[in-house]
Amino acid sequence: MPEVLTETDRLPAETGLSGSEPAGACCPPRPACLPAALTGERPGLRVWPFVSDWLETPAGTVPQVATRLAVRDSFGRWQMRWGLGRRRYRIPPGLYAVGTPHDGSPVLVTANYKLSFDALRCRLAGLHLWILVLETEGINVWCAAGKGTFGTTEVVRQVRGTALERVVSHRVLVLPQLGAPGVAAHLVERQTGFRVIYGPVRAADVAVFLAAGMKATPAMRRVTFTLGERLVLTPVELTGMARQIGWSCLGLLAIGALGPQFFHPAAALLRGGLAIAVGLTGVVAGAVLTPILLPWLPGRAFAVKGAELGAMLAVVGLLLARGTLGFWNGAALLLALPAVASWCAMNFTGSTTYTSPSGVEKEMRRAIPFQGGALLIAAVAWVFGGFVGG
Amino acid sequence: MTTGLLYLSGVTTLELDQPACIGCGRCLEVCPHGVFALAAKKAAIVVRDRCMECGACARNCPVTALTVKAGVGCASAIIHGWLTGEEPSCDCGGSSC
Repeated sequence: MPEVLTETDRLPAETGLSGSEPAGACCPPRPACLPAALTGERPGLRVWPFVSDWLETPAGTVPQVATRLAVRDSFGRWQMRWGLGRRRYRIPPGLYAVGTPHDGSPVLVTANYKLSFDALRCRLAGLHLWILVLETEGINVWCAAGKGTFGTTEVVRQVRGTALERVVSHRVLVLPQLGAPGVAAHLVERQTGFRVIYGPVRAADVAVFLAAGMKATPAMRRVTFTLGERLVLTPVELTGMARQIGWSCLGLLAIGALGPQFFHPAAALLRGGLAIAVGLTGVVAGAVLTPILLPWLPGRAFAVKGAELGAMLAVVGLLLARGTLGFWNGAALLLALPAVASWCAMNFTGSTTYTSPSGVEKEMRRAIPFQGGALLIAAVAWVFGGFVGG
Repeated sequence: MTTGLLYLSGVTTLELDQPACIGCGRCLEVCPHGVFALAAKKAAIVVRDRCMECGACARNCPVTALTVKAGVGCASAIIHGWLTGEEPSCDCGGSSC
């Protein structure tokens, strides 16, 4: 793994032109700035670690990228999954090479979210092709297509900006199928002369797709939502709610002190602490367990699935407490846990691969009054329980 | 092979103007849930309730025979839309996109 060195550490002798060794210091792969960069004379710029070599093309020098991920790439992926520094995880848009492509090699188009780019390049070992990276501001293909940044205008802009028609002799672009919500294939062809073929949904199928003469099987065209795919989405669900959770905990500690226990800090803390435990259980039930158990929870609405799981856990909690909670506190638990779980589960709709906005809006209109009502009654019961000692 | 998971039925805003369809098959190519099939040189909606309103088919239909109110299906974006009157978008500070 190449170390990150500063510009002054690495000058002409080691600017990544040797071919065998990934370069550590030079210039982002933009054809416009490459001539100077190749001699290592661009202060403050350095070559990305995934660049393994440089290729000369009629439209300028193009960086060749490695198809193996390094430790730092895996670490970066882990960071993204936990929502750490997601806004900075982008690479420069433009043209890249895999292997030693020629003017007849295919052109794959992708987003400049580094996780997307890594997911693609690590599946291309042994292939020779071009990758055209669009500026999606570090957002993945599907989300960017939904926003329109992975869109017709940007495809046209990059095709023209990289002078792609001078690099390849054919006129075909392979776009990821999930880019289709943002790109009108017929308009790209009209504006650039490049015909658009949508490739498979998953990068893992690209090699087979290409080998089959750019034919995708029906399975390659379908989006899945497997246990693994659901699981990787859950950490960021939690970290995304961190701030709300923090404020809620403080609020619960404050409300927990209302009542006679106000004069007994230990008792007040215990009440607040128990409420926090209930709240966190609801969050985990809705944001982690519901996604994992999605196919097995009855019902289609996420709010319903979350509420079911929350209710089950509340009953378990009640049984574990063996009557020590008292009537009002017990009632609060039975209402609050399902409500929190239901809300968090409903928020997961934005991360799934199969929910429609119309459906989400419909379930929200129905569920939010119940969730809000249950939380309100739970809060009243809980505070009342503090005064009557149960 | 689709996601075996089904969401609420009867909610999608997807509409196909079949007489306008030229049977190019682009919607079959872009739909991630196999909603369409081609029969007698016309597209047809075969599993309507699998539609997630991503908008890929409508965007790529060269004769605009398909319409769908595409958008962001994330709860916080929709609430943001309710509160501000704007179209829901991922820019609301939601974390998942």
